[in-house]
Amino acid sequence: MFYSRASIHTPFSFKERFFSIDFTLLFSVLILGVISIFAQFSSSGGNFDYFAKSHAIRFGVFFIFFILISFINIRFWNDYSLLIYASLVILLILTKFFGVQSQGSRRWLNLFVFNLQPSEIMKIGIILFLSNYYHKISTNDVNKLKYLLFPLFAMTIPFLLVVTQPDLGTAILIFFSGAIITWLAGVRWKIFAYLTGLLIILAPIAISFLKPYQKSRILTFLNPDVDPLGAGYQIIQSKIAVGSGGLTGKGFLNGSQAYLNYLPEKHTDFIFTLFSEEFGFIGSALIILLYATIIYRITRIGMLTRSIFAKLYCFGFASAFFVFVAVNMAMVLGLLPIVGAPLPILSYGGSSMLAIMLGLGIAMSCNIYKNTTI
Amino acid sequence: MLSFNSSNIVSKTRTIGRRMFLVSSFKAIVVVGILGRLAALQINQFQKYSGLSDKNRFRETQIAPPRGIIQDYFGKEIASNEKIYQLHITPEDVPNIDTLFFKLKNIINLTEEKVFLLKRRMAKQKRWDTLIIADNLTWSEFSRVNLFLHELSGLRPVVSIARVYSNNASAHVVGYVSEVTPRDLKNKTYLQDLRIKEVAVGKTGLESLYDRQMFGTPGYLRFEVNAYGKKIKQVSTNNGEKGKTYRTTLDQDIQVHAADLIKDVSGAVCVMDIYSGDIVSMVSSPAFNPNAFVHGIDEQNWKDLISHRDKPLLNKAISGLYPPGSTIKTLTALCALENDVFTTKLNVECTGYIELYGERFHCWKKEGHGMVNMRKGIKHSCDVYFYEVSRRLGIDRLAVTAKKFGLGEKVLKGFAEEKAGVVPGTKWKLNQLGKNWYLGETLHSGIGQGYFLTTPLQLCLMTAQIANGGYKLNPRIVINDDEDKNPLLNFLKFRNENPNDSASIDDQLKRFNLEPLFRNQENINFIKESMFAASNEPGGTSYGSRHNDKKFIFAGKTGSSQIKRFTQEQREAEVKQSDIDYLERDHAWFVAFAPYQDPKYAISVLVEHGGSGSSAAAPIAKQVIQKVIERDEVRKAFISQLGEEV
Repeated sequence: MFYSRASIHTPFSFKERFFSIDFTLLFSVLILGVISIFAQFSSSGGNFDYFAKSHAIRFGVFFIFFILISFINIRFWNDYSLLIYASLVILLILTKFFGVQSQGSRRWLNLFVFNLQPSEIMKIGIILFLSNYYHKISTNDVNKLKYLLFPLFAMTIPFLLVVTQPDLGTAILIFFSGAIITWLAGVRWKIFAYLTGLLIILAPIAISFLKPYQKSRILTFLNPDVDPLGAGYQIIQSKIAVGSGGLTGKGFLNGSQAYLNYLPEKHTDFIFTLFSEEFGFIGSALIILLYATIIYRITRIGMLTRSIFAKLYCFGFASAFFVFVAVNMAMVLGLLPIVGAPLPILSYGGSSMLAIMLGLGIAMSCNIYKNTTI
Repeated sequence: MLSFNSSNIVSKTRTIGRRMFLVSSFKAIVVVGILGRLAALQINQFQKYSGLSDKNRFRETQIAPPRGIIQDYFGKEIASNEKIYQLHITPEDVPNIDTLFFKLKNIINLTEEKVFLLKRRMAKQKRWDTLIIADNLTWSEFSRVNLFLHELSGLRPVVSIARVYSNNASAHVVGYVSEVTPRDLKNKTYLQDLRIKEVAVGKTGLESLYDRQMFGTPGYLRFEVNAYGKKIKQVSTNNGEKGKTYRTTLDQDIQVHAADLIKDVSGAVCVMDIYSGDIVSMVSSPAFNPNAFVHGIDEQNWKDLISHRDKPLLNKAISGLYPPGSTIKTLTALCALENDVFTTKLNVECTGYIELYGERFHCWKKEGHGMVNMRKGIKHSCDVYFYEVSRRLGIDRLAVTAKKFGLGEKVLKGFAEEKAGVVPGTKWKLNQLGKNWYLGETLHSGIGQGYFLTTPLQLCLMTAQIANGGYKLNPRIVINDDEDKNPLLNFLKFRNENPNDSASIDDQLKRFNLEPLFRNQENINFIKESMFAASNEPGGTSYGSRHNDKKFIFAGKTGSSQIKRFTQEQREAEVKQSDIDYLERDHAWFVAFAPYQDPKYAISVLVEHGGSGSSAAAPIAKQVIQKVIERDEVRKAFISQLGEEV
């Protein structure tokens, strides 16, 4: 790896760097952020003090954070990816022992200023780490057993740490973020097929380890009318809220399903439902368009950037971002079981916001330093 | 090294680019899928989910509208609504429920038992639902509560309305209301959509028959509620529609008078207008207090009512079944004349009994009536004469006439508690009892014993249809304004205005669409004349109860229906009715019409276990008739007044 360090230097000025920011991406994120503040304002029943205020502060702080890290050289992320990954694993282990217990699960580390959810950051950490890994190894080695076991191991450790918190949704998303990088790096179809087959065989055993509420969520997803007042309640009420929004919605602060507390978790996982009820199909389509723009711009950066690390990172992050959005939407629209996956940017939650803004910042850095080779 | 590196980068870039293309295509498909799902929910199924959302959002509390009034013929209220004073609480607004109950006990009559029941009820409902603590407070209790209201936080004094009945005389025919029960919900489908707690619904009589119309259309208070059912705000109200008011044909004054006359005996009185079929009076005794049911009857009171020997809750006028006794002889005689089996002149010798089919059939008069023709037979109510008539007539021909005159079927359609009675016949016996008819049973039936069963109202109708000259009547108790005018009244009006109309009777019947019950009206007139004899000629069965004032003169027929046949020993010993057990004594009947010269009303009186019709029933009838005739002028004046208003 000595060659990359020695050969290229990026001497361009701050002005040059500033104008290489992808402003479409930046403004899409900003618009979505502003929308998210209004959505949080509505989720607390038209009260700014409750969720909206702290969400607005977080968005403001992390948006600046996003811009700042855009200017960090992409090499930094490549060089320190292993360290970042290892630190996150340590944080996850610490969470296991010293984490804050809430609603039956241990997901947060008390950092005095705020509670950090390391598993959310791990979604980005695994992408960084595996991008670096596949950047280093040769194309010929990708499908060799030795080089396959290592990434699998790197994905499984955080997966196990998170799934036992327990937080099935985040664990799956971490695993998925890792898997998408291995796929992009060229791991054969066959290997994915074998692993999927193995998963199906192991699924019944895995299910037996699931908590009762997780089992009932899966059963409920298969047939929400089984227990309309119990486990099926969330899906049914969410569908009623979305459906009753109609084409143009019930109007800002007029979502009766949300306002009258029929909608559960409306400031986190079900924020899209709330928005959809108040702004209808047109509003929802606008949100989807903004997300699509973000994903498209990140993918575009990946195509323009020169280094394999940056390419893998951008494509991987774009895909992971897509999965976070798609899983959350499919979930609230009753297309997937309720697994507890927040909607990037819109959902209330500091760690999720931090992780997404970090991810976006690195992607932006790939754009600014797109000609940098590693 | 460098070349290897660059080729490695190229091949890696190619792989990554190719795979990214696949991933991107997949993403596009998923986005289309999510948009499609959104469109399906928000555009295609908008109506469905919008409805579900409103169903989530709104709760309606129904409010009972004021119940329709029941009036008598003159518009006097028999059943109306009164203000009542109630105490309500919403448990979640009461700081300390035990303290509240404790303080209330010192102010109103609140028993430990009632508190227990209230707490149990409270545990079953939501904390924000209203609970009625006291249903019907007196004014003094209510004002005392209001005085101490500042110490009773959470308590709400409420002025509401409830049913009130003006007297007990009409208790049976009007019926009563009481709190709705699961059985009501099962039987009355219109109540199933109702969601009003402790609402009063009609249980018997007119209250039950017209319950749906009198209930009205419930109003509602519409609230927006949250997911836990707590009311957020009131959205709209609707007061509903007051129940329909019914004017009946009853005369409250006659009701009270008649009820007073029979208050010491168990029985019934029915009075009917013989042309319009209007039931002017219908009382049953012993009566009960319908007001006791409105706020929930207490257990002791209820036990007393249902265990009473004389069954006070039974409307004997329509639900009591009794053999008609000698009152049926009017029909037996008419039937014989109509079928040309007997003539009025034909004599039968009564020696006190006849022997037929190896059995001895007794006349009520041990020494016999001697030579008896039809007029004398009715006048003296000679059993032997009617044994002979019915022997020649046969049961089936008698049954046809009896049914024609309204026996064996319900008089008032719709009253759940009304009984149809029995008109026996050979086929009836075969179908119902699976046995053949014995000739001896014909003789018993001919004098109204045996299988015959009638209600007082049926006999009143029978008498009315004889008195009006033999025309079919459609009795009514409630006046519906949209009803067609009674054809018989049209006919009567025409006859009064054109006394010399030369058209034959058949033409007149056709013109006025009348339904005659006779073949020859002379036969009807003969029966009426014979009934006059029975009441107004010395030796007649009800001669003792006659009126001398021409205005009140009536023609009637007594009857007594046997509960238990006399044994030979009792007959020989000439045992009197008053000497045997009360429950084995004969029922006493009297049917009549008045005034004789220009009949207007028919009456039937039943006295359970009264002994003989002439001694127990006829004297009551005499007094009722006087009252009815006196009230007739008021009634006529009221009609003409109504006519002027229209």
